[in-house]
Amino acid sequence: MYQTTYHRASSVAEAVKLLADSGDGKFVAGGQTLIPTMKQRLAAPTDLIDLRHISELKGISFSGNEVRIGAGTTHAEVASNAALAGICPAICHLAGHIGDPHVRHMGTIGGSLANNDPAADYPAAVLALGATVHTSKRSIAADDFFAGLFTTALEEDEIITAVSFTAPEKAGYAKFPNPASRYALTGVFVAKRPDGVRVAVTGAGEDGVFRAEALEQALSTSFDPSALNGISLPYDGLLSDIHASAEYRAHLIVVMAKRAVEAANA
Amino acid sequence: MAEISMTVNGRKVTATVEDRTLLVHFLREHLGLTGTHVGCDTSQCGACVVHLDGKAVKSCTMLAAQASGSEVLTIEGLAQDGELHPVQAAFKEYHGLQCGFCTPGMIMAAVDIINRHPNGLDEKTVREELEGNICRCTGYHNIVKAILAASEAMRGRAAEAA
Repeated sequence: MYQTTYHRASSVAEAVKLLADSGDGKFVAGGQTLIPTMKQRLAAPTDLIDLRHISELKGISFSGNEVRIGAGTTHAEVASNAALAGICPAICHLAGHIGDPHVRHMGTIGGSLANNDPAADYPAAVLALGATVHTSKRSIAADDFFAGLFTTALEEDEIITAVSFTAPEKAGYAKFPNPASRYALTGVFVAKRPDGVRVAVTGAGEDGVFRAEALEQALSTSFDPSALNGISLPYDGLLSDIHASAEYRAHLIVVMAKRAVEAANA
Repeated sequence: MAEISMTVNGRKVTATVEDRTLLVHFLREHLGLTGTHVGCDTSQCGACVVHLDGKAVKSCTMLAAQASGSEVLTIEGLAQDGELHPVQAAFKEYHGLQCGFCTPGMIMAAVDIINRHPNGLDEKTVREELEGNICRCTGYHNIVKAILAASEAMRGRAAEAA
C-alpha cells in the first residue's frame, strides 16, 4: 500500500470538509473493498476519511411500512434485524450472504452502493425496491443512481447518508455466487409492489445492475415462477468473462429470477 | 504518522505507526503477537481473523488507525489463567488442524460463531459460517466437529453458571 493519511470524521459535515481539504482523498466506510484495492496498489488516495464513527449514519428505523437504513449500517446488522425481517426478509437474506461473516461485520450498505461493483448484491435490492438514496446533498431515486460500472450519480464530495424504501408486498433474492469470491455471478432481486413487479439483475450486466423488463412484464401478469417458463433473454449487454459466458448468464438470470419468486412466495 | 491507542487482550497499548499500517502488522510486528497469521493477504483466507469490539474481522483488511479506540482480542488472549478456551480445547481434542496455519483464524471465527448462536449449532450452519476461513490442508471435517463440540461445552457451562 502506498502512503496515505488517515482521518476520522465524527460528523458528515466534518467528513465533507476533510475531503475538501485533502489532496486526492477518499471516503472509507467498512473498507472491505477499498483497503484490499489499496493493498494491491490499484487505488492510492492521499487521504482516507473514515466514516465508520459517524453516529448519524447508523441504524435502521421504521415508520409504518417505510424503512430507512443508515448508510453506515453493516451487512451483519441488516441481516440480523428482526423488525426488518418481519416486513422485508429478502433484504436480510441478501445482506446475510454478502462475502463472509467477517466481511459482513465491517462492510456497509452505503459503501456497497457508492462503490457500485457490477457484481455487488445491494444494488439489485435498491433498484428492485425502487428505493431512494439519501445523500449529504439530496435524495436520488434508485432509477437515477446507478450509472454504469463502479459509477453512480454521486459527486466526488457527496456522502450517502441513508437508503429508504416502502416495504414491498413480497420480495425475494436469489444469487448464483462465484464459488471463490462469493460475489454474484448473477443475482436477481424481485419485488412485488402495488404498482407492479420490479426485477433487478446484478453480476450479469456490462454496465452493472439493470432491470429486466421482459421478466417484470411476465411476473406482473402472474407472480409465479411458471410465468417465466420459455423466456430467453438476449445476450447483448451481458458480461462474458472467465467465470461465465454472456449466454450462460442470460440463462442464469431466468433461473435466479424463478428462485427469487419462489422465495418471495414462500 | 498516526497516534493510535487500543486495548489488546485486555492490555492498553499506544503507539505511533505509519497511517498505512495494517492492523495485522501492528499486532505482529509492533506488539509481537504473531499468533494472528497473514495467509492470503487478499482478504479471502481468514487466517488473520481477530475480534474487534467483540466481532470477528479480518485484521489484514483494516488499518491499525481504523481500530484505534477499540478493543481487540487475538488468539493469545483466549486462554485464561493457563487454561485453554473451550474452543481451543475442542480443537485439540478433535484434532481440528493439520498444518495449523489457519488455526488461529479458525478458532477466532469459531468463538464468534458460537457467540452469535447461543442456542446451539448444527453442522450445516457451521459449514456456512466458515465461509470466510480457508484451510489449505482441507481439514474441515475435524474443524467442524471441534466447533460443534465446543458449542455444546460452552452451552453446558452457561447453563451451569445460570
